[in-house]
Amino acid sequence: MFSQFRYWKPYISPFDPCKPIRVKSYSTPPQLFMGFQPPGLPQFQTPHQALMHGTLWPALFSPYPDPKKGVKPND
Amino acid sequence: MTKQMPPEYYQLLEEIQAIDFVLVELNLYLNTHQHDMEAIKQFNETAQLSMQLKVNFEKKFGPLMNFGRSYSNYPWDVDDTPWPWQV
Amino acid sequence: MFYYEKKLQYPVRVSTCNPMLAKFLIEQYGGADGELAAALRYMNQRYSIPNKVIGLLNDIAMEEFSHLEMIATMVYKLTKDATPEQIKAAGIADHYVDHDRALFYHNAAGVPFTATYIQAKGDPIADLYEDIAAEEKARATYQWIIDLSDDPDLNDGLKFLREREVVHSQRFREAVEILKEEQGKKKFF
Repeated sequence: MFSQFRYWKPYISPFDPCKPIRVKSYSTPPQLFMGFQPPGLPQFQTPHQALMHGTLWPALFSPYPDPKKGVKPND
Repeated sequence: MTKQMPPEYYQLLEEIQAIDFVLVELNLYLNTHQHDMEAIKQFNETAQLSMQLKVNFEKKFGPLMNFGRSYSNYPWDVDDTPWPWQV
Repeated sequence: MFYYEKKLQYPVRVSTCNPMLAKFLIEQYGGADGELAAALRYMNQRYSIPNKVIGLLNDIAMEEFSHLEMIATMVYKLTKDATPEQIKAAGIADHYVDHDRALFYHNAAGVPFTATYIQAKGDPIADLYEDIAAEEKARATYQWIIDLSDDPDLNDGLKFLREREVVHSQRFREAVEILKEEQGKKKFF
């Protein structure tokens, strides 16, 4: 599965007053990639699980905050 | 004087919330996928299950809906507390 | 017509008496990208949108009203027993002097709700793109509130609401595809 976050590195000036955030991120949730939802996608096992995730289909589930937050991306 | 809802109230309510959530999801999906027979079948079966859960819930905790979509007991209890934002 | 059902769409819980969170949440109550604006936007667009997508607009509007009720519940629970001292400490004394603990349709900065938040251009493509943008903006607003909140139970409800924006956006994107389709051409979905 594709990652649901993208990372970028802002320019950092020696004169920036706050401690720099070296890597910034933004959310890229599944609806940006799915196109027309194909029929018969796998569903969550139980109605309760669907409710807790906010969708019936794991393929449309978007986590927040970034589960990898704090983990440094490669490079 | 304030009535407290028993754990069963929350448990049965959450069961209904879960089933009705599946209905919301399938309903929105079917609005853009009118020919998905499997999803329509699941929608109709889930609708039936939801109705059964509500009949059971209303027997224990009173009417869920206004304007005649639920039956009232005596005295009139369609407007009884607690309201959803209070529980 | 409308019927009321005595249940929230999702079991809303709030774990701490922290009225400051109510100040952030009110953005989704009476703000530009909030649930009221969303509900009214779709309710209003349904009259002039092509038949094929009226049902979708109508149903998403209904769901948005349920979300408005969830947000109101969170605000209500966070403020109902807060003392004037707690209200002062939370920075919502300016709300209190005008409204006590009543909810009011304004954003986090106190700007009252206005009809200009609700776009309706009458062009189906313009309106649906507006709706997609509105869902993405509401999703972002939920992210920023989650970032500011340290209440795990509250965040649980907010994550549900954020996910609903994702699903609504998906459906509006599909609605655009449906309207792009030419009459009589074979369906590709």
